[in-house]
Amino acid sequence: MYTDKVMEHFLHPRNVGTIADPDGVGEVGNPVCGDMMTFYIKVKDGRLEDVKFQTFGCGAAIAVSSLVSEMARGRTLEEAMKITNQQVAEELGGLPPHKMHCSNLGADALHKAIENYLQKQTGRQAEANEGGKQAAAREEHLHCPFCDLDLPENVQLCARCQVKLIRCEHCGQYNRQDEDTCRHCGAGLV
Amino acid sequence: MTGFYADRQAAAPVRPEVLEAMLPFFSENFGNPQSLHSTGQKAAKALQQAREQVARLINCQPEEIIFVSSGSEANNLALKGLALANQARGKKVIVSAIEHISVLRAAKFLEKLGFSTVQVAVDGQGLVDPAKVAEAISPDTVLVSVMMANNEVGTIEPVAEIASLCRSKGILFHTDAVAAAGNIPVDVRASGFDALSLAADQFGGPKGAAALYLRKGIKLTPLIDGGVQENNRRAGTENLPAIIGLGRAAELARLEMEEKGRRLTALRDRLINGVLSSLDEILLTGHPVRRLPHQASFCVRFVEGEALLLGLDMNGIQVASGSACTSRSLRTSHVLTAMGLDSAVAQGSLVLTLLDGTREEQIEYFLEKFPPVVGRLREMSPLYTRYLQEKKDVHR
Repeated sequence: MYTDKVMEHFLHPRNVGTIADPDGVGEVGNPVCGDMMTFYIKVKDGRLEDVKFQTFGCGAAIAVSSLVSEMARGRTLEEAMKITNQQVAEELGGLPPHKMHCSNLGADALHKAIENYLQKQTGRQAEANEGGKQAAAREEHLHCPFCDLDLPENVQLCARCQVKLIRCEHCGQYNRQDEDTCRHCGAGLV
Repeated sequence: MTGFYADRQAAAPVRPEVLEAMLPFFSENFGNPQSLHSTGQKAAKALQQAREQVARLINCQPEEIIFVSSGSEANNLALKGLALANQARGKKVIVSAIEHISVLRAAKFLEKLGFSTVQVAVDGQGLVDPAKVAEAISPDTVLVSVMMANNEVGTIEPVAEIASLCRSKGILFHTDAVAAAGNIPVDVRASGFDALSLAADQFGGPKGAAALYLRKGIKLTPLIDGGVQENNRRAGTENLPAIIGLGRAAELARLEMEEKGRRLTALRDRLINGVLSSLDEILLTGHPVRRLPHQASFCVRFVEGEALLLGLDMNGIQVASGSACTSRSLRTSHVLTAMGLDSAVAQGSLVLTLLDGTREEQIEYFLEKFPPVVGRLREMSPLYTRYLQEKKDVHR
């Protein structure tokens, strides 16, 4: 099911752990859905001097976190903000369709940690706004809960995997029509 | 040590004696049991013998056995076939919330045809309370279906009690015994079942052969129309090699059940006790005593089942999980959810089903490898870090 690269990262994940006094922390997902990631960053001269993560999740989620941490380390904040889920999936040699959402979480967690850092930097408000906007845009982009295809507003069917969709009234994200709770925010679905 | 395969409910090797019995029916005994010539009649005789062997396993008459292709087909035939043929009695079908998906989906299909269905809740150990079934029964109830034993948590249900309750009210009772038959004693007469599903691959037989027991005199609408096979209740040329395998496996299971049950129960209990005492924050799922002799299932907190499965596989240990990430549909097992397990805890689901030939040293091997695999994942888990922190705060 998984490529050798995914298995390699799952078995030997890079940068696992926490940072005692991090410059930024980003957490995404929730254990109810089966995936939760926390990224910790240390920033020096505009670069990610250190990146650590902790992940509760499947093999793909662990491999994605590991790869994202590796891709981000030593990069400038701007470069790190540009890491996309597609890039992560490609680097891993592909992920099964129903695991694509894991690659999203990895990049999201990293971006959230950077956003958190930028918000703390009071003297760099403009940059914070810019970074915040990018992170928020990523948070808000609508995607299929099953295969992760980017979706426009107000569709009821995923064009790629044909899953029937419903939007959460609380956070606006798409869920499968037969789910009871939102996999993004945990709110009840009507 | 050649590792430890503990996913028998998914697949198991066909027993050598069973394979040996099957082989001639691919070649020299190739006949069609419906043919009148001697080659056909030889096949018909073998088919009859297999029917008798299966009947003896569950204590019914041979003509009460309908051969089908899988446990799922048996369940579909029971639910749809009984509901449709007997709808004059009522249009309500009652099932338990932890039935196999083939029962639940068949019930859903019946809803489209105007039937109403009720799912009876289970308790935290996966037990169906007969009193809850009694509460759900109303004058328009035609059929109740409760499984004999659950495949994911191993709990053995009080089906004889539910059957007698149904009988007293003139309601048909079906039990999905796919996980149970061939592994624990089944007596359809003593228990008063009207219908029962069983499958060969759950007790040393091949895939592709299963049976529905249907008590004599009960009406059934076939799902496959065509020839007169299976007394007009299931058309299609018989899959004779597989059916012969089912018959032989049933015979062996009947003869060896007591000894095998005792041996596997001892191994299972060693496994359960070993796992529960190896690490903290692991819970047994299902009933501690009323459970299948070959089944052990757990939820390991703070880790996710698929990662656990992959980590164990790297050590030559093959198991199953009911976590959301393990399923292609990304949904947590409906059984664990119905038992009221916290969703985050349910993600750490681990299911072991032991092969007949499981050896004690394999259990010990598992108990040696299991803690470090879990430990590695817990070290990576933000939930575990949080748990340790909270524990420290409490002690302070």
